[in-house]
Amino acid sequence: MLEIIFVSTLNGVLYGMLLFLMASGLTVIFSMMGVLNLAHASFYMLGAFFGFEISRRLGFWPALVLAPVVVGLIGMAVERYGLRRVHRHGHVAELLFTFGLTFVIKEVVEMIWGKLPVDYRVPSGLDFAAFTLFSGNYPAFKLFGLLISVGIFIGLLMAVRHTRVGLIVQAALSHPGMVGMLGHNVDRIFMLVFGVGVGLAAVAGVIAGPILVTQSNMAGLLGPILFVVVVVGGLGSLGGALAASLLIGLVQTFAVAFNVSLADLFGGTAAGAILSVWLADIWRVTVAQIAPILPYLLLVMILIFRPRGLMGTRDT
Amino acid sequence: MTDARTLPRTDAIGGRRPGFLARHAVWIALALALLLLPYLFSSRLALSTMSMMGTMIIFALSYNMLLGQTGLLSFGHAVFFGLGGFFTVHVLNAAGSGDWPIPLPLFPVVGGLGGLAFGILFGWVATKRAGTAFAMITLGIGELVVSSALILRRFFGGEEGITTDRTDVMSFFGYGFGPQLQVYYLIAAWCFLSIAAMYAITRTPFGRIANAVRDNPQRTAFIGYDTSRVRFIAFSLSGLFAGIAGGLSVVNFEIVNAAQMGAVESGSVILMTYIGGVGNFAGPIIGAILVTWLQLILSDATQIWPLYVGLLFIGMVMFVPGGIAGLLAMQAPVMAARKLHRVVPFYLLALAPGIVALVGLSVLIETSHQFSIRASYGPQLTLYSIPLDATSPLPWVAGVVLAVAGGILFMRAERLARDAYHAAVAQGGQG
Amino acid sequence: MRTLIGSSALTLALLGATALSALAQDTLKIGYVDPLSGGGASIGQIGMNQLNFIADEINAKGGVNGRKVEIVGYDNQTNPQISLVQVQKAIDEGIQVIVQGNGSSVAVAVSDFVTKYNDRNPGANVVHLNYAAIDPVLTNEKCSYWHFTWDASADIKMEALTNFIKEKEDLKKVYLIAQDYSFGHAVAGAAKRMLTEKRPDVEIVGEEYHPLVKITDFSPYVAKIQASGADTIITGNWGQDLALLIKAAGQAGLDVDWYTFYAGGAGAPTAIKQAGLENRVYQINEGINNQGYGPAEERAGALMQRFSDAPIYYPRMFNMMDMVFKAMVEAGSEDPGDFVPKLEGMKLDSFAAGDEGFMRADDHQFFQPLYISTLGALEEGQKFDEEHTGWGWKMAASVPTESTLLPTKCDMKRP
Repeated sequence: MLEIIFVSTLNGVLYGMLLFLMASGLTVIFSMMGVLNLAHASFYMLGAFFGFEISRRLGFWPALVLAPVVVGLIGMAVERYGLRRVHRHGHVAELLFTFGLTFVIKEVVEMIWGKLPVDYRVPSGLDFAAFTLFSGNYPAFKLFGLLISVGIFIGLLMAVRHTRVGLIVQAALSHPGMVGMLGHNVDRIFMLVFGVGVGLAAVAGVIAGPILVTQSNMAGLLGPILFVVVVVGGLGSLGGALAASLLIGLVQTFAVAFNVSLADLFGGTAAGAILSVWLADIWRVTVAQIAPILPYLLLVMILIFRPRGLMGTRDT
Repeated sequence: MTDARTLPRTDAIGGRRPGFLARHAVWIALALALLLLPYLFSSRLALSTMSMMGTMIIFALSYNMLLGQTGLLSFGHAVFFGLGGFFTVHVLNAAGSGDWPIPLPLFPVVGGLGGLAFGILFGWVATKRAGTAFAMITLGIGELVVSSALILRRFFGGEEGITTDRTDVMSFFGYGFGPQLQVYYLIAAWCFLSIAAMYAITRTPFGRIANAVRDNPQRTAFIGYDTSRVRFIAFSLSGLFAGIAGGLSVVNFEIVNAAQMGAVESGSVILMTYIGGVGNFAGPIIGAILVTWLQLILSDATQIWPLYVGLLFIGMVMFVPGGIAGLLAMQAPVMAARKLHRVVPFYLLALAPGIVALVGLSVLIETSHQFSIRASYGPQLTLYSIPLDATSPLPWVAGVVLAVAGGILFMRAERLARDAYHAAVAQGGQG
Repeated sequence: MRTLIGSSALTLALLGATALSALAQDTLKIGYVDPLSGGGASIGQIGMNQLNFIADEINAKGGVNGRKVEIVGYDNQTNPQISLVQVQKAIDEGIQVIVQGNGSSVAVAVSDFVTKYNDRNPGANVVHLNYAAIDPVLTNEKCSYWHFTWDASADIKMEALTNFIKEKEDLKKVYLIAQDYSFGHAVAGAAKRMLTEKRPDVEIVGEEYHPLVKITDFSPYVAKIQASGADTIITGNWGQDLALLIKAAGQAGLDVDWYTFYAGGAGAPTAIKQAGLENRVYQINEGINNQGYGPAEERAGALMQRFSDAPIYYPRMFNMMDMVFKAMVEAGSEDPGDFVPKLEGMKLDSFAAGDEGFMRADDHQFFQPLYISTLGALEEGQKFDEEHTGWGWKMAASVPTESTLLPTKCDMKRP
């Protein structure tokens, strides 16, 4: 039992931090621009593919720096020539614009890299088991990912709270007109924020690419869970996103560890006999079986009972 | 999207009250069109295509009750379409094996009731919020339902879904609904009824309040309306019509499966509705027809048709937020002022370089597609009946030249057309 | 009103454009209804490539009964409803032979549609050739005279696999992991049933179902497998659910043997190589590269050379088209009404190694020798590696056709 708890906690934290790495950029963009970027997972995918392409030419470490920069520049161009234009049509138009972007990015990625998975590997310098616990190995590369996401969390928190840029950005969100009068270029600030946000997605892509499968459908598969993270955490709250990531990571891993079903709970009782007929389909479904669906259940529950999310400051 | 443009009223022109025919000209024309289309296009493919378009029209219109009329962006609308289908298929199978005296044309009602029931259930959860939170709840509900559907194999039939035979149920005045033509007329009848019903809803006080909730929820709440209740009613009604569409889809295809409730379907109804135009009642009709056609026919011409649809969609969001119907509706004042002859030449002037630019763009896209993905089929491709070689510079240069030159000329002509339009409208206003 | 008129005009224009696409009738057209865009296209394109290759082969020999073969692709976007309109489109264009494979949902829909179409339109003979959908219902409860399948069903493959496993003395504890949908349950259910019967001493230490393509992190599952003490995993997973599972297992250092159905699929060999599971992953199918059978290596080599960006093929698709063309020649007709009877019971020296297989008339299931193979570093004389990994498949055992036979519940309705 102790083993299960320990291993599940460790796996949950590792997975949760990977989720946070992917979702942090999304939170940054939302908190500062009020835009939920539905194409965020697509930029994450671009990061993975650029990471793959650069690391096979220049090595992993240059890729870790260059790929986010490239993706950030693409993101800035998207903001400058696309998002800014639809901004005046309101939030629904912004959502729809980023929604349309997902189709285009996917098709472009398929045109360049094809539809089959690419062979994106863990860099040889980090390709070893960091430690072994209850006969399971924990790869160094995953721990490296963990470090990066902790670093990003602290860095972002510092940048927003304690730097001049962070102050201007926060002010520009609530009073763009006033900030503009004070001589700051609000449009440029928004463009930078969007660039940084999708750049963070690209960092996640470069790191998650070798752990997961780098393929043109990766954005579509990951997208929904990222929105769960930012909404459950409270839209725009960095601390909330971290908490939600960890919560989802832990819920999912612990759920997998337990094989409890309705049959185990009510089996043998009189009511159980009736239930087993009526609920034949879900009678033997275990908690483990539905683990990956739990985050969506959590999302719906949170939005019913605590609409602002775990740590959100405003109702969405 | 700012004002509720609905069908232009035909009784505005002239002082005397027009007769029955004139007042209902649109509906009579629609009914006639639905009746006569199979005579124009009698191939089986055309009938199948039109049947599918009919279902999609209802589906897209039901979606627009949310997006266009009430301002709610849902990412899970296909859930109601699919659930409506599942209820229909189960009742259809039960009726077929139990000889229930229900004729086939009534079965979409079952789908509608299923859609309504779940619209009420999920609506109760989702419509407490609006805006981004609402969008995310619908996304979550969609994921939940689809994931559960694969687990609940008895009701949803697992991956392969549930099949049925529409000819097993009681015949309807001698019609057995084996041939596609009869199914087409069944769908056409339901399509007509649903369009009329949904149009009628937009004209009721409820429809107007829904518009108000979309445009300014605070003010609507202020004058005493419960906005979340309005959203809830709109959501439930939209589930009803989506369920009817799902039921018709079962009658048409005789199969339904879990994938029909998924994100891809929910996405395509957004594309249909928005490309057609959310601000106009008829917009989704245009969108449903166009996008269904693209799905079925453009996919023959090019494998990367989703790229074109994506670009079209982004283009619409950026430049034509009113959709195709919005563009058409903009011509109403010009026509009312009888100045159409003033603007049409300018439209044609803009259209020509616009088409050139699009051709150039498609040459570039298709050539790079041939060059990258289809490389193993050799560099030869045929575009617009012209053989091209992706390795030679010709198609690339031609593509760039056409796209850039066409683009620049289009922007110039577009400005001229815009001026002409404004001039025509202004003159119309004076005269 | 104008918008309504506009939309009617648009319909007219669009449908008019459709009607123009009628083509000449001198070629024998075969419709390929599979995903050619979107997520499924990576798989659908492989089949399209191979069909084109086969058509070029036969056309170089003068075609079938003197008619050239042309493959027409119809993009179904892995959507059953779209598939049916595409099949209708193919039929309208004069096509009577429909090839389809990806997705049991689509296969059931197409088979059902084709059967009803032939019933409701006397004289119409359209046949559905299925090369990949292996849900057992297709050859049992929902079997049809107009549907033929060349891939072994989940039950057949498991029958052959358990016949191989039962000889393995050191195998004691088995863990079953499958995607939570009908096919996954078919695989795990068959494994449980057949193992208990053939090796009562083997303990099934775990039976795990997880949602289809929803999981990004398999480490909790791997931890669970590790804790169970299993020495063997049997899985029907495919695509990223297999690749991610194997990757996670490799990272955690899970020490087990793997028995799989789809380890040859896109991405899996790469994952196996990255996980360092040399000769630990077995797959069962109807043929592999490096089987050392001359005619197959020559043909497959030519195909892979031509489609070097995706050098993958389905041995069963060669079996399928070879048999269909043979039946057409024997019947002297390309109408399914004439050649379908010839297909029933037809024998064929199968593509991979020339061993004999046959098309059972009772359920239209092709029974063929199956091969169990493992992935590892290329050895002397082996030509083909997978996905540029330097690793290739090599034979571990072959299962003769007789050992794959299973009874069927099919009640075939013949016209």
